[in-house]
Amino acid sequence: MPRPEIVRPRDLAEAVRLTAEGGQPLAGGTDLFVRLQKGGTRPEFLVYVGELPELRAIRGTEEGVEIGAAATHAAILASPAIARVPIMGLALRTIGSPAVRHMGTLGGNLANASPAGDGLIPLYLLDARVNLAGPSGERSLPVAEFVHGPGKTALRLGELIRSVTVAFPRDGAQAYFRKVGRRRALVIAVASLGALVWLEEGRIREARLALGSVAPTVLRPREVEEALVGRPLTVDALAEVRNGLSAAVEPISDLRASADYRRQVAGNLLLDLASRAAHSALCGQGG
Amino acid sequence: MRLSFRVNGKEVTADVPPGRRLLDLLREDLGLTGTKEGCGEGECGACTVIVDGRPRLSCLTAAIQVAGKDVLTIEGLAASGKLHPLQEALLATAGVQCGFCTPGLIMAAYALLQENPHPTEGEVREYLAGNLCRCTGYAQVVEAVLRAAERMR
Repeated sequence: MPRPEIVRPRDLAEAVRLTAEGGQPLAGGTDLFVRLQKGGTRPEFLVYVGELPELRAIRGTEEGVEIGAAATHAAILASPAIARVPIMGLALRTIGSPAVRHMGTLGGNLANASPAGDGLIPLYLLDARVNLAGPSGERSLPVAEFVHGPGKTALRLGELIRSVTVAFPRDGAQAYFRKVGRRRALVIAVASLGALVWLEEGRIREARLALGSVAPTVLRPREVEEALVGRPLTVDALAEVRNGLSAAVEPISDLRASADYRRQVAGNLLLDLASRAAHSALCGQGG
Repeated sequence: MRLSFRVNGKEVTADVPPGRRLLDLLREDLGLTGTKEGCGEGECGACTVIVDGRPRLSCLTAAIQVAGKDVLTIEGLAASGKLHPLQEALLATAGVQCGFCTPGLIMAAYALLQENPHPTEGEVREYLAGNLCRCTGYAQVVEAVLRAAERMR
């Protein structure tokens, strides 16, 4: 099937105008082209925003990083600006293959709004904000409000994703990310867990968890996060919370795994987090 | 659209729809059939080429995305008539069976050695994880990449 016409805007303003006329933004194409090939909804035309400098920039500030929507995963991984957010690197490194990481973008991950989106997990952990540009100006909203469900977002007609703002987490965070799939490379997760944990005198002072592929969107199980506070970061202590986590997720059964299996893996990942902590294998853990 | 880009060092201008797949542009319009189509949806790596020094899947790349860029295909590696060290090493280790995945594997390995000239075995395996082979397996391929890296020092 021939692809829809693709136009190339000169700048962000023209990209917004073309999107408002019914065009769909195209960046890396790793999701969009596959969807079009499989007979997904055909947009009138595509607006190639993948090389607009305004959308590719990765800018470090005092408080955090602003990542352009069309920055590729490889560009983000190579950027010194993410040194203070190691959870970004841990998650983005697991996406696809080197070629896919050189093509796919964080903005594409957001627009695709898949609950299995590896790139979304750090954004949930860091309470990232998604910055949108549209015909009536710019607006910004938290990632959890931007993503509504699989393939569904808060984007209004004519709006496109401009960038994502991530605030540096408080000092001392230990980062964890693990994706479980049918094989190690190029997989869509059966379940994944990202975490940021702060310890104080051997006990958890704050824990943030974000799970992928176990609910319609990436999930922050707030009750479980609260239940972790005050516990030591050990397998025994987290085992008591594991069933709570399995109960908090709302997975589906599909060709990759059954709902029950996903529920169990979600709980097991929490134990894996503790087990790695015991072996000083978390990112940010001082040697 | 009027598309200008470089393929294996040569300037090329073609009149193609902006959405034409780079894979079809290479194979059908330019006759460079070394690049293969496996799955057509970014899962197998057989169509890997190098664009501006970086690996890309040509089945998920539109013509408009390579405008003004440098594309390197498997044909470009041996353009002088002499095989590239990666190609020689794959022959030496018998890392080729049906050969369908080989051009993509070589281009991915080429990208790896550009980024990291002295990879460990683990790094080779990780970098080539997006290139599927359904007959030979990976042991000889990994060995070939390590040998080529050694030779290219």
